[in-house]
Amino acid sequence: MAETEATPPTSSSPGWLARALDSDIWYSFCRSPLTIASAVLTLLFFLGAAFAPLIAPFNPFDLASIDIMDASLPPFWQDGGDGRFWLGTDDQGRDMWSTIIFGARVSLFVGFASVIFSIIMGVGLGLISGYVGGRLDALIMRIADIQLSFPAILIALLIDGVARSVLPRAMHEELAFYVLIFAIGISGWVQYARTVRGSTLVEKNKEYVQAARVIGIGPTVILLRHILPNVMGPVLVIATIHLAIAIITEATLSFLGVGVPPTTPSLGTLIRVGNDFLFSGEWWITIFPGIALVLLVLAINLLGDWLRDALNPKLR
Amino acid sequence: MSLLDIKDMRVEFPSRRGHVVAVHSLTLNVEPGEILGVVGESGAGKSTIGNAVIGLLEPPGEMTAGEVYLKGERIDTLDDAEKRRIRGARIGMIFQDPLTSLDPLQTIERQLVDTIQMHLDMDQTKARARAVELLDAVGIPDPDVRIEQYPHQFSGGMRQRVVIALALCADPELIIADEPTTALDVSVQAQILDLMKGLCRDRNVGMILITHDMGVIAETADRVCVMYRGRVMETGKTEQIMGTPNHDYTKSLISAVPRPERRLHRFPLVTYIEDATELGDSFDLSTHWLGQSREYEGEGGDLLQADNLHMRFVTRHSFFAKHRLYLDAVDDVSFKIKTGEVFGLVGESGSGKSTVARMITGIYTPTGGTIRFAGTDLTALKTRKEAAPWRRQMQMIFQDPFSSLNGRMRVRDIIAEPIYFHNMASSKEEAIQIVHDLLEVVGLGAAAAQKFPHEFSGGQRQRISIARALATRPRFLLCDEPTSALDVSIQAQVLNLLKDLQQELGLTMLFISHDLPVIRQICDRVGVMRHGKLLEVAEAEALFEDPQHDYTKHLLDLMPKFVGFRELTV
Repeated sequence: MAETEATPPTSSSPGWLARALDSDIWYSFCRSPLTIASAVLTLLFFLGAAFAPLIAPFNPFDLASIDIMDASLPPFWQDGGDGRFWLGTDDQGRDMWSTIIFGARVSLFVGFASVIFSIIMGVGLGLISGYVGGRLDALIMRIADIQLSFPAILIALLIDGVARSVLPRAMHEELAFYVLIFAIGISGWVQYARTVRGSTLVEKNKEYVQAARVIGIGPTVILLRHILPNVMGPVLVIATIHLAIAIITEATLSFLGVGVPPTTPSLGTLIRVGNDFLFSGEWWITIFPGIALVLLVLAINLLGDWLRDALNPKLR
Repeated sequence: MSLLDIKDMRVEFPSRRGHVVAVHSLTLNVEPGEILGVVGESGAGKSTIGNAVIGLLEPPGEMTAGEVYLKGERIDTLDDAEKRRIRGARIGMIFQDPLTSLDPLQTIERQLVDTIQMHLDMDQTKARARAVELLDAVGIPDPDVRIEQYPHQFSGGMRQRVVIALALCADPELIIADEPTTALDVSVQAQILDLMKGLCRDRNVGMILITHDMGVIAETADRVCVMYRGRVMETGKTEQIMGTPNHDYTKSLISAVPRPERRLHRFPLVTYIEDATELGDSFDLSTHWLGQSREYEGEGGDLLQADNLHMRFVTRHSFFAKHRLYLDAVDDVSFKIKTGEVFGLVGESGSGKSTVARMITGIYTPTGGTIRFAGTDLTALKTRKEAAPWRRQMQMIFQDPFSSLNGRMRVRDIIAEPIYFHNMASSKEEAIQIVHDLLEVVGLGAAAAQKFPHEFSGGQRQRISIARALATRPRFLLCDEPTSALDVSIQAQVLNLLKDLQQELGLTMLFISHDLPVIRQICDRVGVMRHGKLLEVAEAEALFEDPQHDYTKHLLDLMPKFVGFRELTV
């Protein structure tokens, strides 16, 4: 047999798309209408967030397009509603529909960024903890235990407060985003670290890791090339559910007034602002962002639940 | 009327891609007091029969046709509650793993008494008396003391005896034993088999003995049913099946069992089973990359010399030194391996043989002693960089083909990794070419490179492991139980491959196994280990013909005396 080509016959091994369509996960996905619905909803939110300037009828941050005369208009189906503003306007005359789209964008961005932060920190520490073991392992896990005894929101509040008192006032607005991402991210790393540590303890004793050591490969490469891909399954599941939690945490912090600056409102900020008007009859300012938040978090959570079950061989 | 009658049984496992038929129209019967052996390789459907009889098929599997009669009474159509009444009371089960078939949180007494009371109308004291009686019958010393202990206080063999006692609780008419001795050492296996034989005879209990091991069948069963891919190939008296088998499959299966009594040049090949090519003549290894430029000096003499090796594990950690507990897994072991020879290490589980291999390859750092490889003291090398050239020259093949390959990597990347790591190819193309050649050499073909490990069977995965081990062009190969997870037919192929490669490439080998017949077939010299100590080292033939140490004699006595059909031998 003479084969010199770098790409041997593909017939024996189908491409990634064909394999994905043939996989058990895709099969289980197609059989669950609820999952498909949540996936579609999540996708719509993502697309809306990504293309917010194209989709939203108004730019709520463009002061030139806001007219204070349009303030506090109800949704269009109510008396006094305006056809231009489907879901009404807020106290400054901004279109609610547009602010929700832009708000979801901020919420999703902060959620994603803090989840990625948590994953990098948690997975990294978990791998080291599980692979090295001994005192380092004990140290990392005790820190994790201590942190677990505080509610996540408290830690986020604490970090936010510390950052506010340490950083100069002028930088608050500018750095608020990063402080928020850091605060939410650091409150979530423990779960990843514990899960990854557990899987690493199992994987490192498997013979393929020993085979790599016999070849002479160093610990860093073994961790990154061999162990990391084999412990990422559960991390994916946690990340999906954690994304929903991170969005809620962000909304809570913004609701409490320590989140993103009001100039770039997230869904949480919108709810807080609207909360003040709830009793004066302008319910739409808070209810619509609230519904958007509930739908987004519910869809992501359902997706995460399905993923957890689909990846669990015992439930298949 | 037989004790158990199975007529035309068919078991199917529906799946996304059509139905898998695990058992095709199976008809068999068991008489009271008789042991029927069901033998076959993995995937033959032998365990499925047992589960179908007692109504414990894993969903979604179901019996789609056929009838099962216990003493003339049809039992496969009963509802779940009635089936539960039969399980334990009339049909007892013995499972493979004694470590997991007992509840670790309950005393033996609780488990036995509960089972007895569930099926028989007895009060606490009577049930306990019966439990003690049963433990006595299965050969547990001081039964009235040990009955109060927990499973972890029993050894593996003793636990299996308890499991047998548990199966006997309600005086069943039939016992289904699914690989009852596979997890046990040879010395324990022999005792358990004797026990089961005696119990069946004395109590007039019928038994279905499910196993992959021809030796177990030959020693224990009255009749044998040979299965292959869900079908019965042949049924008959044990002597007839072993001595004059009719079916080709039976013939090849029997001849693939390594012979304990004589050394053969090669293992007889089983043509019936998995298709994989032998190392063909098409490859002239001596001129190929694999055989070339091995840049080794000092040929001849000893390649490896281990002196006073010692390995101590901490079994209980404590801040205070005197509270710590240690286990000396390897204690003062010294041996030499000559260049080009195959050195065998044999011993029962826990004897420290795998630990020795792991110390040589650097997975464990010995707590004492030296390892000299080609004149260099490996224990004196401190950094990984210093050790790298020596690592390259020794590679290891592991026992479990399902965990020794990283499931997330393509076969190509798995085999290429050591080549890249040791900079053994000048270009990517050359590395890929080497990978393809290696796959050809181990009989898988270059097309395998694109696939993932899960697409291969156990034997094929072991071939991939061998290809990876050869990728660094080692001159010393450590094989840690390389075939004990494989079926006999596949074992014969893999051992032949190892033997061929060893000769063609002039490899030196350390071959670790608990299986004496395999050791005899493949090794030049053998060391016998027990409890971390090396008891005896001798030429293989000398060891088998004239063992010096008592323990070696004992091991050889326990070796299954399997002398069966030998027509296909070469």
